[in-house]
Amino acid sequence: MKLQISSRLAIFALIELASEPERQISVSEIGEKYGVSAHHLAKVMHTLGRAGLVRSIRGVGGGYSFSGNARRTTLLDVIMLFEDATMSDRELEKNADSTAAEWALGRILFEIDDTAKATLGSITIATMLKQIARRKGAVDLKTVVG
Amino acid sequence: MDTHKDASGTASVLQIDIRRVREADLPQVVALDERVTQIAKPDYWRDIYDRYAERRVGERFFLVAEDAGDAAEFPLLGYIVGEIRAWEFGSEPCGWVFAFSVEPGTRLQGIGERLFEAMSTEFKNIGIKTMRTMVARHNQLHMAFFRSEGMVAGPYLQLEMDLDE
Repeated sequence: MKLQISSRLAIFALIELASEPERQISVSEIGEKYGVSAHHLAKVMHTLGRAGLVRSIRGVGGGYSFSGNARRTTLLDVIMLFEDATMSDRELEKNADSTAAEWALGRILFEIDDTAKATLGSITIATMLKQIARRKGAVDLKTVVG
Repeated sequence: MDTHKDASGTASVLQIDIRRVREADLPQVVALDERVTQIAKPDYWRDIYDRYAERRVGERFFLVAEDAGDAAEFPLLGYIVGEIRAWEFGSEPCGWVFAFSVEPGTRLQGIGERLFEAMSTEFKNIGIKTMRTMVARHNQLHMAFFRSEGMVAGPYLQLEMDLDE
């Protein structure tokens, strides 16, 4: 499964904002960190805002803050805002009229997609933050121990 | 004592103790399982108790979380059952969790995490380095919980076939 750039940016932006929920972060700050244009990121943030996951704060020192529920928002919830993750279900239905070989291959691809969707649907923003913290802890420990 | 806020933001105080199950806990374990699954299985739990709380207890763990507070609505808050297994193809012994539940009305208050951590500690104490479980991939509640505790997909894949096909 390959994620569209907008989905990836949305996940990165939410992780940045949810890691410091009290802080307002500008689009350019997030854009610089991930090497993307503020213009592209602004569109992504607008979609996240409409979904109630981020709040826009205007004025000097303004930017975005996280307004969702990090323990309830899954990666699949975010991805579904930007791309059609139900494609594999439709492909399987279409396969009902296909040849036996097409049906067999379609079934395997469906299995892969279904597993990917279940995985993305079980990982919340909070879980991502915990995973990042664990990784940072492990890297810090490695640095100290050498 | 752990102080938490529930989903509505109301502060609640639970005095969570984790300990091995006792025979007297069985009716509450059965009742909790029935509330969650809608199926009463007293014989099943009697058997689990006999095998996991009475025999080979050095490698079998049946733990419960209880609310030790005076005004506890649900004295038994949850349970977790696991054991050492080494039956997959070429697998090193691992800690296997096969039963886990938290009282629905007391979720999101750290009870599951305490049970999970207690089971991890039991496994670690006897030299086990890997903890495993198996969850239906569409069971988002269990999947999300185990993921949040740091579990990831392991090297084994569960396979099955329909014998009527």
